[in-house]
Amino acid sequence: MNNLKQEDHSRSAYWRANIKILAGLLIIWFISSFLLGIVFVKELNQFRMGGFKIGFWFAQQGSIYVFLLIIFYYVWRMNKLDKEFDVDE
Amino acid sequence: MDILTWTYIIVGLTFTLYIGIAIKTRASSTKEFYIAGGGVSPLANGIATAADWMSAASFISMAGLISFMGYDGSVYLMGWTGGYVLLALLLAPYLRKFGKYTVPDFVGDRYYSQTARLVAVVAAIFISFTYVAGQMRGVGIVFSRFLEVDINTGVVIGMIIVVFYAVLGGMKGITYTQVAQYCVLIFAYMVPAIFISLQLTGNPIPQLGFGGTLNDGTYLLDKVDGLLTELGFIAYTSGSKEVIDMFFITAALMVGTAGLPHVIVRFFTVPKVKDARKSAGYALLFIAILYSTAPAVGVFGIYNMITNINGQKIESLPTWVQNWQKTGLITIEDKNQDGMILYQKDKVKNELTIDKDIMVLANPEIAGLPNWVVALVAAGGLAAALSTAAGLLLVISTAISRDLLKNALAPNISEKSELLYARMAAIFAVIVAGYFGVNPPGFVAEVVAFAFGLAAASFFPVIIMGIFSKRMNKEGAIAGMIIGLIFTLGYLIYFKLMNPELNNKDYWWFGISPEGIGTLGMILNFVVSIIVSKFTPPPPKHIQDLVEEIRIPRGATSAIIH
Repeated sequence: MNNLKQEDHSRSAYWRANIKILAGLLIIWFISSFLLGIVFVKELNQFRMGGFKIGFWFAQQGSIYVFLLIIFYYVWRMNKLDKEFDVDE
Repeated sequence: MDILTWTYIIVGLTFTLYIGIAIKTRASSTKEFYIAGGGVSPLANGIATAADWMSAASFISMAGLISFMGYDGSVYLMGWTGGYVLLALLLAPYLRKFGKYTVPDFVGDRYYSQTARLVAVVAAIFISFTYVAGQMRGVGIVFSRFLEVDINTGVVIGMIIVVFYAVLGGMKGITYTQVAQYCVLIFAYMVPAIFISLQLTGNPIPQLGFGGTLNDGTYLLDKVDGLLTELGFIAYTSGSKEVIDMFFITAALMVGTAGLPHVIVRFFTVPKVKDARKSAGYALLFIAILYSTAPAVGVFGIYNMITNINGQKIESLPTWVQNWQKTGLITIEDKNQDGMILYQKDKVKNELTIDKDIMVLANPEIAGLPNWVVALVAAGGLAAALSTAAGLLLVISTAISRDLLKNALAPNISEKSELLYARMAAIFAVIVAGYFGVNPPGFVAEVVAFAFGLAAASFFPVIIMGIFSKRMNKEGAIAGMIIGLIFTLGYLIYFKLMNPELNNKDYWWFGISPEGIGTLGMILNFVVSIIVSKFTPPPPKHIQDLVEEIRIPRGATSAIIH
């Protein structure tokens, strides 16, 4: 019985840790596309990186690269978390 | 050798390859037919997902669309890649742990309701059919353009090929043919892009080249901005869409991507939960190669068109312009009879009309590449169209044989007859899709917006809440799906089919175009589900346990047997 309770406890801790990671990454996802690529695009376009205006670059290139980084970081972080909580396969 | 001979050779070779793979990997059980036996490596699944995802429209039309839309075209780039973040983080690992074969399976089991299952089946079939009709048409168009056959003949050839490997191989056959198709299509896309980038900017990497400088030292993007404003258009790097509309369209495409059944089902085919996560990363990586190149191709294309055609004498046009004039993709009409071509925003004065597809199709000739590269682009376009069509047809056939027959109407059929029904359903689906390919409804271009909007407003919220809320019950889910679907469909039908003349900012709700309305439908779905579930009983204990179970990766392999 005690064991079961402990398992429940660690499961909900695992889930909370997971939600925290998700929330952080989704905020980055939102900023890189919706804020930098759409909402603040005019302001950012005043700055340049070579031939690119920064806002335009985020909308057509940068956001895609950030998405990739988010997923591969998530894969790495979750594999670690699974091991920490002993729920890996 | 001329282009046509090369095209026959290369297209023939690639088709032989696809059929060969299909025969070698044919499915022998329902599990292999539906989810490739659950044994696909994350890398192979990532590549297959990318091919499944990138349609004829992505391959042929997207770069051109962006070159005419400029910054506004970013909605497609962000929308059709950002959805993979949602898939990887919020859906794929949990659905893989759930361990069944289809999206309606999940909806039906999680919401312990045949009604929920049926709503999901109808939505899945409807979404996939709207999407596949356009694909079959795409196959026909590519055939007719490159092999000089009639469009309808092209559709029929495409149907025969797809029947062959989708019916025979099921998910297993499709997955491995899609891996081959991805290789063909990405090679065909990148080779001309690299050469054009090198020609214009001296940089072989298109993603960098389009931020680079031209021979005269000016930045390419500044030059294009200048050329376009001179002709009366708005600058390439600034847009004309309202911020709220950009926001809602991008969100609808992202959420729609994550809710499309033919994309979701791919993550059922890998062995483990962690493979599902990794696989979504690979999928986006392989999609990003094309999607980050497309905006570069778009800029190169518009620059080449304007500088090579505008202000030139009609008799001294480059040969590739003359060649594509024959196909009707470039049309020139010397309205003021001065022997020169004038490209203008003003429709009365404008003498040049360019079809968006030309930006990709004419690239090899503009870059002066050999004929076999032109043929390769044809094979790439076909690979893109066929791989997407096959993935969609599989969803439709699975929805019929498994979700309708096995799980609802005739639960006692044996595995062998279920497999037979799955194959028959695939044939039926190909025939219906082919019919729409030959007789396209007048609104083929519009229906893709339908598919994304409906997926966003129906599946995405229901699946998310099924995983992240233990309290969400069947009453909430069913009410949410139905309201989300009806609202979104109503808005789309009102503006796209009934009153297309009212389809502009002055009439849209909150300035949201029909392309972006799925986002509002999704929000409505969430709100309705949550309110309804508050006033109805919580789900039974075994469902709450199921939710607990899918949140934990361990035990995924056993989950599949139940």
